[in-house]
Amino acid sequence: MSTTRSRIARRVEALPPSGIRRFFDLVERMPEAISLGIGEPDFVTPWRIRESAIYSLERGHTHYTANRGLQELRTELARYLARRFGVEYDPAEELLVTVGASEAIDVALRAVLEPGDRVLVPQPCFVSYVPCVELAGGSAVPVPTSVRNGFQVQIEDLAAAARQGARALLLGYPNNPTGATLPRDQVERVVRFAQERDILILSDEIYAELTYDGGHVSMAAVPAGRERTILIGGFSKAWAMTGWRLGFAAGPPDLIAAMAKVHSYTVMCSPTTAQEAAVDALRACEEDIAEMRRQYNQRRRVVVSRLNQMGLECFEPKGAFYAFPAIGSTGMTAEEFAERLLAEEQVAVVPGTAFGACGEGFVRCSYATSMPLLEEALRRMASFAARARG
Amino acid sequence: MDEILQLLAEEARLTPAQIAERTGKSEPEVRKAIERLEADGVIRRYKAVIDWARAGVERVYGFIEVRVSPQRGVGFDAVAERIMDFPEVHSLYLMSGTYDLLVVVQGETMRDVAFFVAEKLAPLEHVLSTATHFVLKRYKVDGDVMEERAEVKRLPITP
Repeated sequence: MSTTRSRIARRVEALPPSGIRRFFDLVERMPEAISLGIGEPDFVTPWRIRESAIYSLERGHTHYTANRGLQELRTELARYLARRFGVEYDPAEELLVTVGASEAIDVALRAVLEPGDRVLVPQPCFVSYVPCVELAGGSAVPVPTSVRNGFQVQIEDLAAAARQGARALLLGYPNNPTGATLPRDQVERVVRFAQERDILILSDEIYAELTYDGGHVSMAAVPAGRERTILIGGFSKAWAMTGWRLGFAAGPPDLIAAMAKVHSYTVMCSPTTAQEAAVDALRACEEDIAEMRRQYNQRRRVVVSRLNQMGLECFEPKGAFYAFPAIGSTGMTAEEFAERLLAEEQVAVVPGTAFGACGEGFVRCSYATSMPLLEEALRRMASFAARARG
Repeated sequence: MDEILQLLAEEARLTPAQIAERTGKSEPEVRKAIERLEADGVIRRYKAVIDWARAGVERVYGFIEVRVSPQRGVGFDAVAERIMDFPEVHSLYLMSGTYDLLVVVQGETMRDVAFFVAEKLAPLEHVLSTATHFVLKRYKVDGDVMEERAEVKRLPITP
């Protein structure tokens, strides 16, 4: 009798370890290091939101909510999406409150993929996209983007990747890790491409509120977009609520119903306290968001200008809170650069390769860090870059 | 303009070069805007926020509610002007509600403050009554939290 079968499922075993994990371990052993590797706001959740969570607990609201989320929250979400994204959704049928945008991505993929279905994934991208596709039984087809096009996905590249067919397109703009945004004409082109080939769009718009030059254009807000798009968002970034684990999906009733089915069997509902606090987040926090956006924008300008000054050519990011400088001029690979920068200057950045093969030659620098720390990190990077070039 | 003011209000020592970098304006542009704001009296002066207790300097603050009979033609202004020129007066406000002037008095001891009220403030012509409240602890002053809070930790690397 053969006993060689692994206890671990093959598809899990086949997943590569996260490119971030190794750096995490390295940095954790260096408490003095300044980390520009953090993909979450340095701001604490606005007090207004924390206070309403406390109130929710005081009143004893500690039970399950409806699977799709509190009616009140879905109503506020619908209003918010109409106001900020220019798209109307029916709170009863077209919205689902999830455990972070991450769960929305996972559930969307599981709701729509048949085994072997191909999913186009423009890269560099958030580290979870490809593994989530694979875990849902799909097959991820990377679509590289390039700094030459401002990391905006190009239709001819999508077309080439879709030659053997594609069921869905999973993309995130404003983009983590590049900070790229997609202007309206480009969004329209992507939607037209998807429409022509009957491809579903899974659009991760978690950074929508963090754009610095021109607003955000949703995939669902352009002609023919809404009916084939699952719009995914969440409270983690703009409201600085990462630890609350709260996100949402908006889309046509059939897709949301399918997602709600998976969601109801796996997580039942999102945390009640977080949902109640999020109602206030949507009602009363526009100024808090504007203030955080103002500070990110100031840091963004400082980071981009310093990186360019030190010869690490940096494309101008117009969204999220990341800069993605090219480090090729140092003669190092992204991994080498990140490792040596950490060892020699105690500054942590994430190699671009953690976000897809086409991230080689770049590193991700998060500016979700206080200005004094950011300035010190940039000083150290400048001396490192100067030394590297001899 | 607003952004420059906001930056300086938070951090008065920022240089025009730093402000230019953060706002995306040119340095001469920022320099000129600041000169203008100073000349127009929008920026009144630059000062540091100091926690005197931590510096070992004793400071006592009294909040004095003062009821005043307003004077024909000048209202409360004449009395207010007489009060505000005392060096002990830290801040002075005209209030709506049950009293008229709120005088914040600063001294080294409670006796200093009490003496000031009894000797200088209460006897003033047109002052009808005073009520003195001493500050026991300053938690937040002009937007600045006085006590240091434990640093909030984040994971060192996250996706």
